[in-house]
Amino acid sequence: MLVSLNWLKNYVDITDISPEELASKITKSGIEVDGIEYVAEKSEHVVVGYVVSCEKHPNADKLNLCQVDVGEEEPLQIICGAPNVAQGQKVAVAKPGAVLPNNFKIKRVKLRGVESNGMICSLQELGIEEKYVPKDVADGIYVFPKDVTVGESVEPLLNLNDAVLEFDLTPNRADCLSMLGVAYEVGAILNREVKLPSPNPKEGTEEAKDYIAVEVEAKEANPYYGAFVIRDVEIEQSPLWMRNYLIAAGIRPINNVVDITNYVLLEYGQPLHAFDYDKLGEKKIVVRHAKTNEKLVTLDEQERVLSQDHLVITDGKDPIALAGVMGGLSTEVTDTTKNVLLEAAYFDSSTVMKAVKSTGLYSDSSTRFTKGVDPNRVKEAGLRACELMGKYANATIAKGVVAYDALNREQKQVKVNVTEINKRLGTLLQPADVEDALQRLQFKFEKRSQEYLVYIPTRRGDISIFEDMLEEIARIYGYDKLPYTLPVGAGQAGGLTERQILIRKIKGIMEASGLMESRTYTLISENAANTLISPELTEANYVPIELALPMSEEHKYLRLSFLPEILRILTHNRARNEFDLGYYEIGKTFLTAESTLTKQPEERLRLAGAVTGNWVHHPWQQENKLVDFYVVKGILEKLFNYLNVAVVFKPCKHKDMHPGRTASLHLKGETIGFIGQLHPRLQKQFDLKETYVFDVDVEGLLEAYKNEPTYEEIPKYPSIGRDIAFVLDHTVLAAEVKQVIMDVGAPLVKHVSIFDVYEGEHLEAGKKSVAFHLVYQHPEKTLTDDEVQASYEQIIEAVKKKFNAYIRS
Amino acid sequence: MSKGIPGYSRYRNEVDTLETLYELGWYRENMPRPLLGGGFLYCFLSYVRMNKGGNKKMKEQLKMIEQEALEKILQAKTTKELQDIKVTYLGKKGSLTSVLRGMGKLSKEERPVIGELANKVRERLTLSLEEQLEKLEEMALEEQLEKETIDVTLPGRPVRLGGQHLLTKVIEEIEDLFIGMGFEIREGPEVETDYFNFEALNLPKNHPAREMQDTFFITKELLMRTQTSPVQARTMLEYGGNKPVKMISPGKVYRRDTDDATHSHQFTQIEGLYVDKDVKMSDLKGVLDVFTKKMYGSDRKIRFRPSFFPFTEPSVEIDISCKACEGKGCSICKGSGWIEILGAGMVHPNVLSMAGYDPKVYSGFAFGMGPERIAMLKYGIKDIRQFYTNDIRFLTQYHNA
Repeated sequence: MLVSLNWLKNYVDITDISPEELASKITKSGIEVDGIEYVAEKSEHVVVGYVVSCEKHPNADKLNLCQVDVGEEEPLQIICGAPNVAQGQKVAVAKPGAVLPNNFKIKRVKLRGVESNGMICSLQELGIEEKYVPKDVADGIYVFPKDVTVGESVEPLLNLNDAVLEFDLTPNRADCLSMLGVAYEVGAILNREVKLPSPNPKEGTEEAKDYIAVEVEAKEANPYYGAFVIRDVEIEQSPLWMRNYLIAAGIRPINNVVDITNYVLLEYGQPLHAFDYDKLGEKKIVVRHAKTNEKLVTLDEQERVLSQDHLVITDGKDPIALAGVMGGLSTEVTDTTKNVLLEAAYFDSSTVMKAVKSTGLYSDSSTRFTKGVDPNRVKEAGLRACELMGKYANATIAKGVVAYDALNREQKQVKVNVTEINKRLGTLLQPADVEDALQRLQFKFEKRSQEYLVYIPTRRGDISIFEDMLEEIARIYGYDKLPYTLPVGAGQAGGLTERQILIRKIKGIMEASGLMESRTYTLISENAANTLISPELTEANYVPIELALPMSEEHKYLRLSFLPEILRILTHNRARNEFDLGYYEIGKTFLTAESTLTKQPEERLRLAGAVTGNWVHHPWQQENKLVDFYVVKGILEKLFNYLNVAVVFKPCKHKDMHPGRTASLHLKGETIGFIGQLHPRLQKQFDLKETYVFDVDVEGLLEAYKNEPTYEEIPKYPSIGRDIAFVLDHTVLAAEVKQVIMDVGAPLVKHVSIFDVYEGEHLEAGKKSVAFHLVYQHPEKTLTDDEVQASYEQIIEAVKKKFNAYIRS
Repeated sequence: MSKGIPGYSRYRNEVDTLETLYELGWYRENMPRPLLGGGFLYCFLSYVRMNKGGNKKMKEQLKMIEQEALEKILQAKTTKELQDIKVTYLGKKGSLTSVLRGMGKLSKEERPVIGELANKVRERLTLSLEEQLEKLEEMALEEQLEKETIDVTLPGRPVRLGGQHLLTKVIEEIEDLFIGMGFEIREGPEVETDYFNFEALNLPKNHPAREMQDTFFITKELLMRTQTSPVQARTMLEYGGNKPVKMISPGKVYRRDTDDATHSHQFTQIEGLYVDKDVKMSDLKGVLDVFTKKMYGSDRKIRFRPSFFPFTEPSVEIDISCKACEGKGCSICKGSGWIEILGAGMVHPNVLSMAGYDPKVYSGFAFGMGPERIAMLKYGIKDIRQFYTNDIRFLTQYHNA
């Protein structure tokens, strides 16, 4: 809502307060003022001039040489290029020395050899936004009505000195979609009287009911329909002040009839509609729901196909308006209109909302109807329009209004108790404070011992319960005056849950391992939503969830993996010459096997990451190490050890992964993720060098997490080490050999580690050597060489047999 | 005197009677003392026999030897030279030994005198040899260390350390702050039902305020939550209407906004809720005052102004004074001197009763804030998309303690 302060001054005295100060007070009281617009920058030395003569410029076809009387001794000779300039006009003249908006300085100049002492201005040149300039003067200079005085400053005449406050209204404050509502608000804030117009149209002798009949079939949707008959209108420009106010409020002036309906819409917050009376087929208004597929061509020349949800105004036969939204083209008011039927009606907000949604026609009218208009202002707004039509369109107003009226105009009542107010606000308000607030708001009330019975004016449809009144009283009293206290209720020990602590720790481990935390989008493209999905999710037939109305292809599906988005981060950074990168993210994935969701999906926390480039980059000491599988595996192993969960890595195939460098992760027999090198196809697609990724189900880890550290006796007896190197087929997995060693060596073998792996010229093709270090230890005695040797030989035999291995000499 | 010689004291008792003949130098040579001592005695005696009556001459000889040897020792540049000097003067065939061989010629009276002198000379030479040796060793070490000098200005071996995303840092900071005030942290689903996202929050279908939040719907009833407020309703329902609720709920939310410098279709929110008997609006002011001062600094001014949210009544928006212009008005605060940082209010009675709390008995406050906005204000970040681009140069700026 744009609030012209010059307009507002008609209702409440704000002359002693600057626009900035007023804006700040309004904001503090609950309506945020988003900005202050000055209609134009200061335009000094711009006055009304009378074009005494206007001739062609001797040396230029398109220029005119004018003599303009600006109230000084001599007329000014001014060259003007506007096509519409003519002798006898009253125009805006910028005299030499004037500074127009955009710092345009007016000087005496010579144009094609002839002196020009100023400029005749268009509204645009005076700072009015193009879109608000009336069409008749849009392509040339502005021409004043005859009654202005030559030499008078144009600033007040054109409302150039106005400041407009831009209200950012919350949905509850529909009352401030009208100047009168704003006046009440400002009056309450400043504690000042509000002067309201009291419309008193000069009625003629004829009766409106002789011209029109009103019949409402859709009584729920249209509890009030008032028809006013306005005869013999003279269509012309509306008065300058009205045009100025409309421009300030962001509406382009058109003609007096249309301007008056718009003016009253803004003043009262009540949408009105003017029909060309003579174009009505039958002189009978019938309001009903539309028939299926009934058609109406609206003012914007669009044919609307209607349904039974739509409420229409008909002339007894055909629809002539979509109620509350837009009028029909066939009954439009034009320059030739003689008689006007003016509609002032109350349409149910949800009916209008449905029509707005189905047609997409958001307008000043529909906005007000959907938010609710004041039932006590409907008829009054009609009268106000009639009054203005009489004055400014020289019309005759028929007596009375023909109306269907079943409108509830009753005021709601809310009980307000001072003790309860203080209990809720934490204040020590006195009855006088409460009364003061109510009086300033102009809410009538009755005092009943400790309580007030407040009658809520119908303009304030947002107030219906005690809490609403609590806010009204608090905001008029001043939120800033409320005290600061801290809750005294029975406290609880705040804190993180075990799960929350663990998640923080997992993040800590990832970061201590050298990975950056990323935050990517949940909504991803179709392609990304089907890329790098962990094997267990694919096995479970989970499908990415699709949005009903995505904003773009980029953000259309809910993720099952965040790896594609993390890879995009790597690509982004590589393009900026950052090559050594490691990221992880912990977040939700959305799991469902349903193709159309019938219930909320399972939301499971996952941990994923991607690493590329150098892991160690220390060139001057020749210490560079590219990321490889084992770097990333090492990070995960550290995490699994930390959580005390036994995760097994098994070779696995995945369409998006390197076939020989990928492992699936298993915990207690369940697959919980994967790790490995990105398939070179994807590496290329993302413009990446060798990149390793991992994706783990955090929920699985948390379920398996054991937090039971038990004391284990520190061994008293020495351990004995033995090394052994087997030559194995290339395909034999080290973990399997290690398992055999552990099994056969149990319980004496305490620990097995791999300290060397070799493939190459000293071995036959297809073979590899893997060297193990075994640690023997007995909890209760020192082991003898014989005991160790016996176990050692058993192990060798077992490995040889199981894996067709031999000892590397 | 016995420093560094294992078993010396035991040995010392055994040879007590020969005390006067033993000197430091002998031990250092690490030879069995009795043998060495015995050898010396033998030599000495034979020298005395040889040089009977040559007392004076021998004294001079000894002095000469001493002087000559001392000079050579001081001039020695290597341990090898010192070893040679030692052999030359003190060895079995050395000059001092030769002199002593002539002692046999001396009289019984003269022998002890010369003997004592010879021992003194040996003592002094030995000491000097040791000192010079130590000096040379020290010089050699210094020379060695000098050669080992490195350029301490070269960079160290990088230790790889990752770090938190700035939003996580901000969220955890806020979490910890409210935990300190007795709040717990609750989470809720990001795919919400229409009921919890809207209806339970006093936004029935066709409520005009629903237009404020353009929603990503999945089906008619399921949607991407537009706010973390549904967690309020879920938590209250879980708590069954008869015990206090004191929680905050951080999380991701989604709205149909086109991504630009100030809008993001995905962002984070932190919802807070305190429901108990007799919770007052002044408590809300108090708690948020503590929060704001802690988060933005105690020098910032705070302004509470009325606003509207369907799930609170009264509602309030909280502004802090603009840091950039100190409240004078600038482009950051759009000239107002104030910056909006969070929305809050007293829980609407409808919300309480829908979640099973009797609004006649219980009251409460709720608030919601945006970590992106907080971070942008705190660190002067101008583009919200930075949070989701994850540029390494952006992220690492906030990895300091």
